[in-house]
Amino acid sequence: MGMTEEAAQPGWAAEEREIQEALRRNVLVTSVDTIYNWGRRSSLWPAMFGLACCAIEMVCTVSARYDLARFGAEYMRPSPRQSDLMIVAGTVTKKMAPMVVRIFQQMAEPRYVIAMGACAIAGGPYKGSYAVVEGIDKYLPVDVYVPGCPPRPEALIFGVMKLQQKIDRQSILTVPWYRKLEKASK
Amino acid sequence: MTEDATIATQHIVDQLRMAFPQSGIEPVAAKDPTVRVKPEHLVEVATYLRDQAGLDYLSHVTGIDYSDRIEVLYYLYSMRRHLGPLALLVSLSREDPQVPSLVSLWSGADWQEREVYDLLGVVFTGHPNLKRILLWDGFPGYPLRKDFQGEPEPPFRHSY
Repeated sequence: MGMTEEAAQPGWAAEEREIQEALRRNVLVTSVDTIYNWGRRSSLWPAMFGLACCAIEMVCTVSARYDLARFGAEYMRPSPRQSDLMIVAGTVTKKMAPMVVRIFQQMAEPRYVIAMGACAIAGGPYKGSYAVVEGIDKYLPVDVYVPGCPPRPEALIFGVMKLQQKIDRQSILTVPWYRKLEKASK
Repeated sequence: MTEDATIATQHIVDQLRMAFPQSGIEPVAAKDPTVRVKPEHLVEVATYLRDQAGLDYLSHVTGIDYSDRIEVLYYLYSMRRHLGPLALLVSLSREDPQVPSLVSLWSGADWQEREVYDLLGVVFTGHPNLKRILLWDGFPGYPLRKDFQGEPEPPFRHSY
């Protein structure tokens, strides 16, 4: 704030000087990206949604002992309309895949996906099965993969922290949800 | 299972063979008392076991593909007499596997017969609602058959 010393000259009216003081104490200059990313990363709201045994670990991660709330993501929303993080926790069967994708599409943007566990990443022990999708990234844009069978709560917390780092790096110029019109017009 | 219960279940097998001498009932060497029944006699044998022998509980129905035949297996218990299990085994041809439904005797057979139909393609004649229960409608073939090939696509089209 370069204007401080010279601009607040004694010739100024007293109230003007007060305004300058107040501004100096209360105004922060930053970029839109930083503010947006700070808000998004600090209050991830996961969708309350589990498919298999990984969901038990996810529940454990959120509850008191491991306490995902320490990282600002404690509030599991039972409605996809109110959540912005989808943790695909468990085996995605081919019969269930349409519902999983439907839940993702119902989530408002910005939205993020964590593929939790071997099954959600690549089919896991069921790879090659007639009934299991070999990785939810066939259908959803996965941001973070958390390996394990199932991953321990620490691993999921680490995945959430990785996602927060990823959100910190994103820019409104490049995130996909502001580029849809551009894409559609091409 | 106690010694007495094993003897009592074995006794049921002997009675069954006396009651249906013409039905081709033959005991099968297995861990649990097992009898092989022809599909056309299944309903009368099962009715006898439920009403006369008191086997009032159908524990599970399952199917096995042996590449040259398909077998359907029924496990029966008696809640009242604390007996069981007694297994019924039915051999079917792979080309046209048909067996009478036991839903009219044990309502619990409903979903289990649908599962065997879903995964092995065994047709349970007389079943009130014989359609796929685990896989989606339009699934090609029966996945637990030994010669099942292919990886079916999920029942939807999508791009995000």
